[in-house]
Amino acid sequence: MNSFRIQTEVFRILKWALIVFLLIVTLFPFYYMIVMSFVPIQDLLRNPLALVPNFSQLTLDTYARVIASEGDGGFGFGRFMRNSAIVATAATLLTMLLSIPASYAMTRLKFAGRRQVSAMFLAVYMFPAIIIAVPVFVGFQVIGLGTTLVGLTIAYIALTVPVSVHMLRSYMLGLPESIDEAAMVDGATRWQIMRKITVPLSLPTIMSTALYSFMIAWNEFLFALLFLSAKPELWTVSLGLTRLADGQEVSRTILMAGSVLLTLPIVIMYGFAERWLTEGLTAGADKG
Amino acid sequence: MALPITLLVVAVIIVPIIWTFVLSFQGARYSDVARNGVFNPLTLSNYTDVLTSPGFWESLWVTVLYTAGTTIGSIVVGFAAALALRGAFRGRGAVRAALLLPYVAPVVAGAYVWKVMLNPQFGVINALGTTYLGWEQPIDFLGRAPYALLTVIVFEIWRYFPFAFMFFAAALTGLSGDIEEAALVDGATPWQKFWHVIAPQVMPVIALLTLLRLVMTFNKFDDIFLLTGGAAGTQVAAVRVYDQLVGSSDIGAASANAVLLALVLGAGLTLYLRLTRQKES
Repeated sequence: MNSFRIQTEVFRILKWALIVFLLIVTLFPFYYMIVMSFVPIQDLLRNPLALVPNFSQLTLDTYARVIASEGDGGFGFGRFMRNSAIVATAATLLTMLLSIPASYAMTRLKFAGRRQVSAMFLAVYMFPAIIIAVPVFVGFQVIGLGTTLVGLTIAYIALTVPVSVHMLRSYMLGLPESIDEAAMVDGATRWQIMRKITVPLSLPTIMSTALYSFMIAWNEFLFALLFLSAKPELWTVSLGLTRLADGQEVSRTILMAGSVLLTLPIVIMYGFAERWLTEGLTAGADKG
Repeated sequence: MALPITLLVVAVIIVPIIWTFVLSFQGARYSDVARNGVFNPLTLSNYTDVLTSPGFWESLWVTVLYTAGTTIGSIVVGFAAALALRGAFRGRGAVRAALLLPYVAPVVAGAYVWKVMLNPQFGVINALGTTYLGWEQPIDFLGRAPYALLTVIVFEIWRYFPFAFMFFAAALTGLSGDIEEAALVDGATPWQKFWHVIAPQVMPVIALLTLLRLVMTFNKFDDIFLLTGGAAGTQVAAVRVYDQLVGSSDIGAASANAVLLALVLGAGLTLYLRLTRQKES
């Protein structure tokens, strides 16, 4: 009994120590990012340990400069954010438009090659971005899509489709097929069943999948780097921020303000849909 | 219904993989590809060049260290976090949401905050270290050889332990309480309960996560590229492929490198699956 009590106590303390440690480790960098984006650069250089900003000295100038276009002496983040929003939204909508019917077909129809298609979507996980990036870049360059937002959107759709199909399919597998059969007896076509029954029933998963796709597209960096480096007017936020960082004369506070602008939209969306996201992602994980 | 998406995936993913394979046998540069497409003279020189260059073997070793370190690290931390958050307490939902932040936030933003925090001149970590921990001088975490690789591994654990945490949390809520109650009645200590009751039940999740993290980390590019650019002993294979492609625009060598990477990964996965299957049977 004694060792039982000692262990219980030790584990209780360890548990709280771990929670506190993890909270500091996960939250502090974001806190630091926000604080650094508001302080004047001289303060940071003079005292790196000033972690609580002096409220009388807070400045919004950094943000004004970061968002303003280059013509107005800024860094063009307003435009970068617009580009990212266009690409991520278009990629998400198209991904959903393509992957909902595909997932439905894979769970309901017995077409030739169904297993091969399912296997192909899994195999795609084995070849992450860098291996695909080389020929996609060269190929798009050859057909003239190399340095366009359209080309980038197509690449993002291909990147998000496998995950989307996986998430949607795991969910749709759990919907009873007897509903489909009943509707079929009433004379509904496959398309009608999908639109009027399966989609409304899967709406929570569809939302979480869409959110996840948007997150992947908004956060993506490698393809943007390969595709758009040559054309500053098309840069996404991620790419714009790295180009900014390469310029030696750009102060770190500007960099942090840019990071906040890059992170904020994702964190806001995530705040609304955290539960859905985790449930959608881990669905079917216990089935292996 | 599945046709459009299949065509798209074939066009943007399967065809490029095959094309990589073909390009790896050609001494091609951009201009050749633009002029001749797929039909360039075939050669094995890319492979002999890649296999005989010491840089390739070094980057492969760094990649293996990096992959093993981050896979094990993120799974251990994620599991511990899921166990700590298992019992209900006030504010658990908020803590859970906070722990997922590093995974949700864009890699570029995460990498730059770390860079600023670790900066030797004005970074907060070095300021803390020299002021309170008695470091004799600031540590160049991202620019000096032994530290840089460790730092990128820690960064990657920071970014991906939430991923493991999500999976473990889902698996732990799915466990039936009966066995644990029975263990408690039999007088099992918390450690025994963990080791003999909980751990065996989440084994499938550990296996799945190991597989996912191995594949995803092995070809990881962004994180290291952004933090160190591959300097100071952190040139993982993916960054090397990028350097060959963009730095020296040597498509042939980059493709050969990519194919060899896929082969190594494939061999590693086969070995892993063999070992885990043997254990199960």
